[in-house]
Amino acid sequence: MSVLVYTELADGQFKKSSLEAIFYGSKVAAQVGGSMTVLVIGSAADEELAKAGNFGATKVLHANAQNLAAENIMAYSKVLSETAKSLAATIVVSAKSSLADAVMARAAGALKAGLVGNVVELPETSNGFKVKRSIFTGKAFAETSITSDVKFIAIKKNVLPLEETSNSAAVEKLSVDTGSLTESSKVLETIKATGTVSLPEADLVVSGGRGMKGPENWQALLDLAEALGAATACSKPVSDLDWRPHHEHVGQTGVKVAPNLYIACGISGAIQHLAGVNSSKVIVVINKDPEAPFFKAADYGIVGDVFDVLPKLTAAVKAL
Amino acid sequence: MKILVCISSVPDTTSKISFEENDTKFSKAGIQYIIGPYDDYALARGVELRESLGGTLTVLNVGLADAEPQIRKALAIGADDAVRIDAEPTDSFFVASEIANYVKDKGFDLILMGRETTDYNSGVVHGIVGELLGIPSFSPVMELKLEGNTATLAREIEGGKEKLEASLPLVLGCQEPIAEWKIPNMRGIMSARTKPLAVIAPSSEALTSIEKYELPAPKVACKMISAEDAGSLIKLLQTEAKVL
Repeated sequence: MSVLVYTELADGQFKKSSLEAIFYGSKVAAQVGGSMTVLVIGSAADEELAKAGNFGATKVLHANAQNLAAENIMAYSKVLSETAKSLAATIVVSAKSSLADAVMARAAGALKAGLVGNVVELPETSNGFKVKRSIFTGKAFAETSITSDVKFIAIKKNVLPLEETSNSAAVEKLSVDTGSLTESSKVLETIKATGTVSLPEADLVVSGGRGMKGPENWQALLDLAEALGAATACSKPVSDLDWRPHHEHVGQTGVKVAPNLYIACGISGAIQHLAGVNSSKVIVVINKDPEAPFFKAADYGIVGDVFDVLPKLTAAVKAL
Repeated sequence: MKILVCISSVPDTTSKISFEENDTKFSKAGIQYIIGPYDDYALARGVELRESLGGTLTVLNVGLADAEPQIRKALAIGADDAVRIDAEPTDSFFVASEIANYVKDKGFDLILMGRETTDYNSGVVHGIVGELLGIPSFSPVMELKLEGNTATLAREIEGGKEKLEASLPLVLGCQEPIAEWKIPNMRGIMSARTKPLAVIAPSSEALTSIEKYELPAPKVACKMISAEDAGSLIKLLQTEAKVL
């Protein structure tokens, strides 16, 4: 059995979630006694891509044709499915992201492969092929068996603690004829926050709700996020009111996060919000209302005024 | 304009999830079902486009007969007719194949659905449908405008959004703020009762199956820290929780 790992880049480097997918893929390959290949699309230096070796890869295939520089769902999925075919890969792994979901979906469609997302453990391969995945937006798990010849799995963040070695991987150029697929859509404009920590990738998240009382009060929260090196997030009412941009909205209909630490400031903890954060390792809730339902889902709680508490936390982080 | 909106019927977000038959089956007892929250956004945008451009809006559900109240609700909101493919929707590839088999040769210009369902959360059905039909797919789409045969849309990317242009036909996985959820009015509810709802037998096979369900371990009690001593939390996060 051969394993193919689909990875993504951010600013010419592997995304952390992609390193997790590589590490996971190497464990799966060891478990089934097969080889593992990493596929990466986009522009990056060979030295950077060789770092896949630190997490268990021996070979990286790099598709960096000019017309693949911009994210393109149709062309990327074609590269993935063609590569899987040519390697006769039977297990295709990726980390879950909005782009990876779209790319993996089409490639699985092309290969008639069963696909399971939100996988939270290594597969059980002693009798068939079973994976445990998170369902009902984190409220339950399902042991799911994949019966197709080719199996696609997308893993959640923080599934395995990363172990790093100093090994490096061989990087080979890959060219796939994507035909006119890159012309199936035309990008008009890309609007992207720069210089901030990516929310779905973040290990630490500081999030604000209506208790922040207005966009002009966000500085205290931003200060704590900056001191921690954390990403910032918000609740749905906050993005609905345009206090913060929609891509920061965490919850049932927003981004689902799984950081090591989620600090909720002035968020009451509606069930729709919890659905987006219940995979966090540690949850801290700061709210002036001791009855806020979020305290029931929290590991640490502070009952108090966020504008009084936040500066104290920021000062304590700076003093570390 | 010929529009198809695919909806899922899922437990209401506030539902308490439980399992039966030795944790091999989802327990439907006492569960209130709703149109998938993301699908509801797709439906709302579909209805707006149908109203402004004319044409037809068909709503499709892969599900058992107990999904019919949600299908009728979609008809009440503004769909013209409905199709239910009579099968339990437990596998993404299966659901996508059923949708693609139905769509084939019917000449839909636009196939809309939510970015993911809130029960199994895979978020891949739109992509598989697009691939099986050989037409482009995009997700998560948060804006959609049509002009003739050209769609202008905004796709959410990490940390922002990307605006792009593509030609119909397209498959789109939708999310807010593509449109506001719509509530059916009395006239809609009355007319929905007589709108056609076809039931079709499934024709494809599932590639995955759920063997066993499990609930997460119960959360341990929250440790409270006084607001005066808030700074001490940071030490606890470092030494006790070990997340800093």
